[in-house]
Parts: sequence; structure tokens; C-alpha cells
Amino acid sequence: MSSVESSVEVPAGAAERKRRLTISRALNEALHLEMAADPSVVVLGEDLAKIGGVWGTTQGLLAAFGGKRVRDTPISEAAFIGAAVGMAAMGLRPVVELMFVDFFGVCMNSIYNLAAKQRFFSGGQVKCPMVLMMSVGGGYSDAGQHSQCLYATFGHLPGMRVVMPSNASDAKGMLISAIRDDNPTIFMFHKAIHGVGWLGTLPASIVNVAEGSYTVPLDKASIAREGTDLTIVGLGVTVHHAVAAATVLQKEGVSAEVIDLRSIAPLDRETVCRSVAKTGRLLAVDDDYLSYGVSGEVIATAVTDPRVKLKATPVRISYPDVPVPFSSVLEQAILPNNEKVLAAARKIIAESSGG
Amino acid sequence: MRRLALTGSWPNMLSEIRNKRRGSVATHGIRAGAKNLQTDRLWMFETMLRSRELENRIKTIYFEGKTPVFNMAKGPIPGEMHLSGGQEPCAVGVCAHLRPSDFVTSTHRPHHVALAKGVDMQAMTAEIFGKATGLSNGLGGHMHLFDAAVNFSCSGIVGEGIAPAVGAAIAAQIQGRDDVAVTFMGEGATNQGVFHESLNLAALWKAPVLFVIEDNAYGISVAKAESTAVASNVVRAAAYAMPGVFVPDNDPDLIYAAAGEAVARARAGGGPTLIEIETHRLEGHFVGDTVEYRPLVERERMKDIDPIMLFRERLLKEGADAAELDRLATAAAAEADAAVAFARESKFPDLKEMYTHVFG
Repeated sequence: MSSVESSVEVPAGAAERKRRLTISRALNEALHLEMAADPSVVVLGEDLAKIGGVWGTTQGLLAAFGGKRVRDTPISEAAFIGAAVGMAAMGLRPVVELMFVDFFGVCMNSIYNLAAKQRFFSGGQVKCPMVLMMSVGGGYSDAGQHSQCLYATFGHLPGMRVVMPSNASDAKGMLISAIRDDNPTIFMFHKAIHGVGWLGTLPASIVNVAEGSYTVPLDKASIAREGTDLTIVGLGVTVHHAVAAATVLQKEGVSAEVIDLRSIAPLDRETVCRSVAKTGRLLAVDDDYLSYGVSGEVIATAVTDPRVKLKATPVRISYPDVPVPFSSVLEQAILPNNEKVLAAARKIIAESSGG
Repeated sequence: MRRLALTGSWPNMLSEIRNKRRGSVATHGIRAGAKNLQTDRLWMFETMLRSRELENRIKTIYFEGKTPVFNMAKGPIPGEMHLSGGQEPCAVGVCAHLRPSDFVTSTHRPHHVALAKGVDMQAMTAEIFGKATGLSNGLGGHMHLFDAAVNFSCSGIVGEGIAPAVGAAIAAQIQGRDDVAVTFMGEGATNQGVFHESLNLAALWKAPVLFVIEDNAYGISVAKAESTAVASNVVRAAAYAMPGVFVPDNDPDLIYAAAGEAVARARAGGGPTLIEIETHRLEGHFVGDTVEYRPLVERERMKDIDPIMLFRERLLKEGADAAELDRLATAAAAEADAAVAFARESKFPDLKEMYTHVFG
């Protein structure tokens, strides 16, 4: 997929130990640490206990913590996600997995009407400390019900955090933060960078991961690469497209800053605006459907900030408003990639250079 | 599959329970050694009255500002209003067995259950008026009453409280508490997918939870016979290998008996129970509903089957002190007056209130 490896920041001290993990392994490590540290953490979902999850996130938890706290559920998402809300209200910290984001249709009421509104409806009396993990993204011909991203679908709704890491180090720290957080958190992980054996993985997401517990903030974007001429905003896999493009742009004399949103909701508008105020140029990249999407929100955020004086028309790259096609030729043609990001960046630079 | 003494094929069970009802109250199937039966019955009477007295006032106040032209947005109590008049026995018969640490979810028609679970009437009324002194500072309103002190909540979405109750029951199991969870629902909720998912999950994990169906025969305007393939929802318990009990005639004593057995079983690790109660909605679906979809004969019958009136007659017949019952009635009316006055006098919330409870 990517021809260029990205450099992603890792916690100080981790690099020397060369513990390069996939996001899947990092999430698994976070769960082991938090379950050991806090007996109120429980894990439930489809295929999570006995086989350790189809995404490998819950490997070894059943053996380590037992069937009371680690449960395979029936294929009843509305019930077990709704049950997690009741568990959370009564002092547990459930971590639940919705195998694919695409399955939200059968249980969305439990998510956005129930979990997301407990705190609000109760005037702060009732907390809902639950994590709902879910895989997102396509690129491997799993067709239109197993390949969507739906960031905006979740990000649009108030009352729940929606986050997605782009690398293993963030993944571990963010999941630990999410488990300890008293708000419901939609924790997305992208299949193109997840790192399970049966899916190809972008090597750039496999980074050094510090041992032991640490947290990464859930509502702060990170600067994946600093620059002065152009801001490229991405999340998940598109961060890596952006970093790859920025590496090429550097050789062309263009200094691109890459922002990894990490959080879809709440959106870290300040980090975006500060960067675009500096560079005056903005390219937003995501792989969700285009209309009403994350990239549109990022651009709206920047252009309505009085500090931002644009030197060129902002550009967004997203998935077109069509369901995900099965045929690899079709799907690959419409996914964002390094080349599309690079081409869009060059166009922005050309526009403002009078070229 | 575990069975209650009262279960069997449901028509048999029905006749059995009807036979029991012909006897004196003492033979209603109430557990031997039930805690303070007569005290509980007085509490049930009193609690039904408290709910009714409050709702009678709400019904009157609801129309303030809404005449001559009805506009739901107007008046001191705007929005939809679903009254529970007639369904009070369901709430008191079950909640008589509960303690504050037990978890209860109710529906869009929640007042009777909330009060029976111990929710504070003043704070609840203020919430219904949208005031800063309300349970949730006016953020929730009548369909979203939350009181963490007694683990009560309700929801405006049909069937939404079912799964959280299973979760709360599992939490008690994991934490080693002998608390139970109860979810109240209308008969309409039994045709929601989450009802079936939740019953399966509860039975699978032996969750200490009661699924209580308040069957008032109508989902807004659609009669049960026109929406539901089975004549009685209690048969659905068998599909999930749990005991099911049908309670006829909106009878507080029979509900008390059935719930007592189910709660005791749940606390002892015996798993979930489905209880279907034949109850009556004396009012429309919402205040302002002209109820033209119900046959006239049904509507006229309502005044004769008011469960509070019937329960009072039964208590008196069995030797209760009329003066004491009157005293309870007077106290309930006074409490409702005070709650309404408190709600009216309270301030509306600051605008910033709505931004402070989205995340914590």
C-alpha cells in the first residue's frame, strides 16, 4: 500500500527498546493492563472470549481474568451494548466490541439514544464509563457492509467520544484513557493499519510501544509532522497517506504539516486552526463518505476562524457518496491514497504560487 | 426449565390464579413469611394514591396555556404527557419488594413506577416542569426521569430500558451483590427485537432481572390483538427457558405475590422471570388523546375498574380502618400540592446548564 514509511512520534524512551507492535497487539496489551489494574473492567462481545476476538484485541483475557469478566455474547448487539450501559451505571467499566462499524444499524439506539444521553438526561447523576470498540475501513474487497468508516455518523451525535488511533503507541495510550474515562467512548480502529494476520497492514502504523501503563489524551490532535507551507489533516490510515505525501513534498521544497486528528468528537479545532493560521493552506483527507463528513467539518472549522487567512482554496479528499463496491478495481479507484494526497497538495501550492 | 408453582400451560395457570383470587386475600398465593404483608398493602395503597394525586394535578395544569387552541409547546408543562392512571398496581406490587440498591427502568409512562421506587416527588415534579430544582435540572423532563439515589431511570424509546436492566443485573452478579433489576415495559415493547435479545441474554447468563409487562392492551391506538401474534405475552417466556407468570385483573395483591416470588428467586441466583400484568390505561396515550379508537363500552368501563377504588374497597372489607385510609389520602393530596407548589415556584435552569452535562 504505502511506498513510504512514516515517522510517528512515540513516547520518550520507548524507541530504544524496539518494541514494535501492531495496533491490535497494543490494544490487547492495554486491555490486559487495565483488567489487571481495575476489577471493574469487564469485556463482552461477539467472539471475544474463547478465540480472543476476530481483531485479536482480546487475546488471552479469558485465561487471565476468567469467564465472569470476559464474555462471548450472542449476536445481539442491541442487548449487549444496552446491557453495558446498565453495567456502567452500576459501577462497572465495560469494554464492548461491535465487530464492524457497519453493524451499527441493528443497535444504534443503544448507542446514541441510550449510552450517549445517560449523563445529560440525568443532569450528571449517572455516568456511562463504557468503551465501544469497532473496526472501520475498507480496501480489502469486503464489499459494502463490511468496509465503511462512518466517522461522521458517530461524530455528529453529542454525548460520546469518538476516537481512532493511527499508530500502535497512540492506540495503547488512548484505549487506557478511554477505559478510565467516565464518558462513553466509540473507539474505532482502522483495518488497513490494524495488524491482524489475515489483513495487510501499513507498516508505518507498527511503531515502538512503551511497556507498562500510560495514557494519551482522547480529545487532542497530534502533529504527526511539522511544517510551514501547507496543513494536511487526516485520521487513521489517511495520516499515513499525508505523511507519505509530505515526505515527497519536502524534496520539492514544500514544508507540509500533518495533523493526526485522533479524536473525531470532540474535534480538536484549536490545533487545526493554529496550524492553518500558520500555513494558510489546508488539505483535509478522510476515507468516510464525502458529504457532511469529517473533512468538510475540518475545513469549515478553519475557514470560519478569524485567525486564518487562506492563501489558496482548501481541498478535501474523501470517499465519494456511493456504497463501497466489491470489485477491487472499483474500490481501489475511489479510496484515498498517497498519490491522491500528493496531487491535491501540489495543486494547492500551485494555486497560491500563481502557477 | 424452572417453573413457578403458578406456571404450567398458561391457560391452566390463568384459571389457577383466578381461582386463588376468589378466596380471601390470605390465600392469594402470597409467600408464607412475607415481610409485613399488611404494612406493605397499606404502603401500596398510599403509593398508588400519591401517584394518582400528583397526576390529577399534572393533568389539570397541563391544559394551562393550551386553551382555547391546543398547542403542546405552551403552558407550564409543555411537551408530551403520558399519565399512568390505572396502572399503579404494577408499580407498587413489584416495587414493594425492592430496595434502593435494586435497579429499575421504566417507560415513557413512568410516574407511578418512579414514585414506587422511591424517587423524590418534589424533584420529580420540578423536572416535569423543566425547572432547575428538578431531578436533572430540567434536562430530561417527564420521559427521562433519573434518580441515581434509588437507581431509577426511564426512557422515551419503546423497549430501551430492557437491556440496561439485564446489564445492571449482571453487574450485581459480577460484584457479588444480591441486588436485582426490574424493567417495566408496555405490551407493545414485546414486539421490539431488543426484548427478545435481552430475554435470551438474561436467561443465558441467569441474570437476576424481572421483565414486567404492563399490558394496557393498546400501543397508542393499536390494540394488542392487532399487533401481537400471541394472545398473551407470558408464553414468550418459554422461548427463553424462564418462568413466566400472568397476573390478571390489575390486582395489586396478585402482582405483589408474583413479584415477591420472582424477586426472591432472582436474589437467590435463580435467574430471570417474565411477569405479564393485565392492567388498564384509564387515560389516553397522552393527555389530549381523544381515545376514539377505543370502543365506547371499554371507555365507559374504566370508571368501574379504577384499581385504587377497588383496592380501597377490598381493604375496608377486610377490616382496614377507614379513617386511616382517609388519612393516607389526605396526606397524599397534601404532598402532591406541595410538590406542585415547589415546582411552580422553582427557577428555570441557566442556559449554561445544557453544556455542562454532555461530557464529564
